Amino acid sequence: MRALWLVLLILIALPARAGEIVGALSQNRVALTASFSGSEILIFGAIRRTAEDLLAEAAAEAAGGVDYDVIIVIEGPRQPIAVWRKDRRAGIWMNVDSVTMGSVPSFYAVATSGPLHEILSPEADAAYRISARQAIRAEQVGDGSPQALLFAEALLRIRERSAHYMALDRFVHLDRDILFRANVRLPANLTEGAYTTRMYLVQDGEVVNQFRTAIFVRKDGLERWLHELAYEQPLLYGILALAIAIIAGWGASALFRLIRQQ
Amino acid sequence: MLVYLPIAEVSTNLFTLLGVGAGVGMLSGMFGVGGGFLITPLLFFIGIPPAVAVATGANQVVASSISGVLAHLRRKTVDLKMGTVLLIGGLIGSSLGIIVFRWLSALGQIDLAVQLSYVVFLGVVGALMLQESLRAWYRTKKSGSPRRKLHQHTWVHALPFKMKFRVSGLYISVIPPLLVGAAVGVLSAVMGVGGGFIMVPAMIYLLGMPTKVVVGTSLFQIIFTTAYTTIMHAVTGHSVDVMLAFFLILGGVIGAQFGTQIGTRLKAEQLRILLALLVIAVCLKVAMDLLIRPDELYSVRVLGGF
Repeated sequence: MRALWLVLLILIALPARAGEIVGALSQNRVALTASFSGSEILIFGAIRRTAEDLLAEAAAEAAGGVDYDVIIVIEGPRQPIAVWRKDRRAGIWMNVDSVTMGSVPSFYAVATSGPLHEILSPEADAAYRISARQAIRAEQVGDGSPQALLFAEALLRIRERSAHYMALDRFVHLDRDILFRANVRLPANLTEGAYTTRMYLVQDGEVVNQFRTAIFVRKDGLERWLHELAYEQPLLYGILALAIAIIAGWGASALFRLIRQQ
Repeated sequence: MLVYLPIAEVSTNLFTLLGVGAGVGMLSGMFGVGGGFLITPLLFFIGIPPAVAVATGANQVVASSISGVLAHLRRKTVDLKMGTVLLIGGLIGSSLGIIVFRWLSALGQIDLAVQLSYVVFLGVVGALMLQESLRAWYRTKKSGSPRRKLHQHTWVHALPFKMKFRVSGLYISVIPPLLVGAAVGVLSAVMGVGGGFIMVPAMIYLLGMPTKVVVGTSLFQIIFTTAYTTIMHAVTGHSVDVMLAFFLILGGVIGAQFGTQIGTRLKAEQLRILLALLVIAVCLKVAMDLLIRPDELYSVRVLGGF
């Protein structure tokens, strides 16, 4: 009777492909200060399984089953942007037309334990919007013209070159199918806001489980104070800028005159 | 060593900023120019958003002109009355320039407008300066040149609303100085320059002012116009980066001291030829960027930012 129950349990567990992903970050706060030059974030976690899962896995493995893969997505705050295209007019290269996109991530990194297209089916990619191309899909469609597609491709190309969009294949290290870790380098020019971090447990091309957390990026110290002053008290800020210019300009020349006189 | 600029929202190498400041400061010390026309394009080249580059450039001009203004005020080589008329024109021009700037930003054409203004103004001024300085150089080599007339009577002297400018020894209409001031104000707002390279020749050739008060008076006008422009950019566009300005000024004041030393060792005519060549070189560099097919035809701009 007990053995029957166990078989039943395995049968229930199999199609559901159980297994839970739990993750954490080495830091969930990034402070943008004057000396900020990018930040390395360690993302780590484990794949949790119950005894039944393990049993099911053993059975699957015996039948030539597949291993787990992990995909980590870090997405920066979304912003409205305009993509401009230059063309030659009267011998001069100038912006001629643009496409506005309501909301695209300011930063997007996809770290995987294997090549993305091999470990994830296109359908799952579309459903969970994992690759950068999928993340801007809503914008990419635009008015449906091939023109809009070109602009979206240009966005991906430009942001990949500036390391704001990154495809980090094989950056996730999986240890005995239980522990995983990845190092992701955030660039120096980050936008303030919450960077959602999604971790996907993938098996046989499908997402089995996911875990979400966030990294909070904000300006700090003097940078924060200046930025707030500039936006909340612009007149005062302008006067401060002038005062610095006047004192520095006049002070320095007075100082040099003093040095030269001696 | 990288520094994060809070308004430009980019990280830049500290030594690049100090270097740009020092290099431009040295040239401005050598030639007695504000250097705004060099700093703004250089900031574009190192990846500062154009709006921030222009607004911060105006702020930097204040710093590089202040000691000059004070020196000229001490020597009483400032025509305060003429300076005030030019300044009124400057404030009107700057306000217009700010409106044009915001309008062009919204159209996505501000980079082009700024670059084109650089090409046109630097090209014309550079060519005129080169021609003038080469002729002057030729004249000094051929001793015993005929003396120039003090000033010639032109259409400028036929306009109404005449006013007496004692320090300059002029009795002319206020319309030309107002227009000159306004033109310089527009340039200050759109290009982030002081505009001395336009104003000095205009004062000499158009208004007929004596050379000894020209530099002091133009500096007097420039410092107030750029100060006003800085405040206006800060209020309307939030685009003045104090951190960026600070490092540029720091490099600039040190560079200017060395530049002045070098400048005193060179002859005035040679200096003017060098400055003319420099202006033309910057003009050509900016022009090339407009004429050569860019590697990337597309560009991304964050809306609501710069």
